[in-house]
Amino acid sequence: MSRTRAVVSVVGQDQVGIIAAVTTALADKQVNILDISQTILQDFFTMMMLVEIPEHMERRELEERMDQVSSSMQLKIDIQREELFQSMHRI
Amino acid sequence: MRLAFQEMQETIRMIQMEKLDIRTVTMGISLRDCIDPDPAAMQRLVYEKITTAAAGLKETADETAREFGIPIVNKRIAITPAAELLGRATKDDALGLARVLDQAAEELDIDFIGGFSALVHKGITKGDRVLLDALPEALSSTSRVCGSVSAASTRAGINMDAVHELGSIIKRASELSSDQDGLACAKFVVFCNPAEDNPFMAGAFHGTGEAETVLSVGVSGPGVVLSALKRHPEADLGEVSEVIKQTAFKITRAGERVGREVASRLGVEFGIMDLSLAPTNAMNDSVAEILEEIGLERVGTHGTIAALALMNDAVKKGGAMASSYVGGLSGAFIPVSEDNGMIRGIEENSLSLDKLEAMTCVCSVGLDMIAINGSSPSASIAGLIADEMAIGMINKKTTAVRVIPVPDKSEGDMVEFGGLLGRAPVMGLNPHSSEKLMQRGGRIPAPLQSLIN
Repeated sequence: MSRTRAVVSVVGQDQVGIIAAVTTALADKQVNILDISQTILQDFFTMMMLVEIPEHMERRELEERMDQVSSSMQLKIDIQREELFQSMHRI
Repeated sequence: MRLAFQEMQETIRMIQMEKLDIRTVTMGISLRDCIDPDPAAMQRLVYEKITTAAAGLKETADETAREFGIPIVNKRIAITPAAELLGRATKDDALGLARVLDQAAEELDIDFIGGFSALVHKGITKGDRVLLDALPEALSSTSRVCGSVSAASTRAGINMDAVHELGSIIKRASELSSDQDGLACAKFVVFCNPAEDNPFMAGAFHGTGEAETVLSVGVSGPGVVLSALKRHPEADLGEVSEVIKQTAFKITRAGERVGREVASRLGVEFGIMDLSLAPTNAMNDSVAEILEEIGLERVGTHGTIAALALMNDAVKKGGAMASSYVGGLSGAFIPVSEDNGMIRGIEENSLSLDKLEAMTCVCSVGLDMIAINGSSPSASIAGLIADEMAIGMINKKTTAVRVIPVPDKSEGDMVEFGGLLGRAPVMGLNPHSSEKLMQRGGRIPAPLQSLIN
């Protein structure tokens, strides 16, 4: 199955269950996580994930699911194609 | 190689905090196969060609922007210089064509369509004549049509008859749009050595050496460069250049990746990547503030040109390394109304029209989005254009003039254009006349290319 890679970034006030909520939502949509890093800066939770999205997945569908998490936990979640990051930081 | 956390964060910061954006994807469309002696038939062919070729432009650009998480602010079209289509046309036919272009742009829901243009740096053809006659009305009766005229080049010299006439054309366009503070002039630019693949407005057109359709990308990001410099307050000027170069490299790579994606989805050839630091009125999205960060108390003071030269060159170097197809204008724009720092420089009497003129010797274009006294004589406007043409001609670079005489306003007044065009303090021209120079007419010969001192 062909998959596209994306960077998921999550930023918001630190609270219990952010990773659980985000990864559950991703798993619901068959999104595979390849790498996670996270840090807390002045009470602000920041997480970056490298993920694989199934090719047949409608982007809207995934975005809507992530919007549910971001509104219920007051987070900012963005999903961006990995190629953008690769082209900026790798020659 | 895996991306580091900091690298992902840097990209996201650039987009979300520092306003990195793809300023425009501009589709160039040749209209040469639409030429028809019957004006109605030609207009129909033009409309069909544009709306077919760019049918998916907006949707595809928006979709790509969403997937990559980087905004594409404007979607634009550049066409064959319209004068090439107007050899047998009347002024009314030309106005009809301008309206058709406007309708096509509206139908496609794109921001601007450029190329209501003529290249007259050596002389004026029948089609050019028709276009020049129609320009003031065409600009003031349409909302998305942009025009340009090439009045000089290093190889041909300066067509002073055209320059003289352009002074009157700009005045007339301003008068016809007096209810909008002369806004029609914001959609018109006079060039020396124009770039035939420039994706930025008002000067975009699809040059004669271009393919049938082509997609070019303009990327901006003064905010990103400013933030990068703020992290190196003690760097010497060599290091400053390096910081700008590295930042320009990253921005260009991002733009090219996204631009190529849009082009491939549309099945159109990728043209060029134009990295131009183009300011907006958003906070910290200012070219003037970069110059101030380099070390000026206020833009316009002594040292401004040195700082601008350093910045413009570093931007080009970073861009040229990042993309094989750098083109267009690539460098820094210094529009006044779109740059809060430039506006402040003028308000605080640090930045003058003369200094802006000198700055155009080392930046990528020219006198841009400058509001001038509505009562300025057309010969003085023509004189201002002639000076700018001379700077471009001698220095073998693109220069341009986009000035807006604001009806019923004079020096010191403030004028609001709205949107991306911003607001500008009205500036006065030199009160002494240039009339005799213009009355002489003729052509200033092309300059010597050797003995350059």
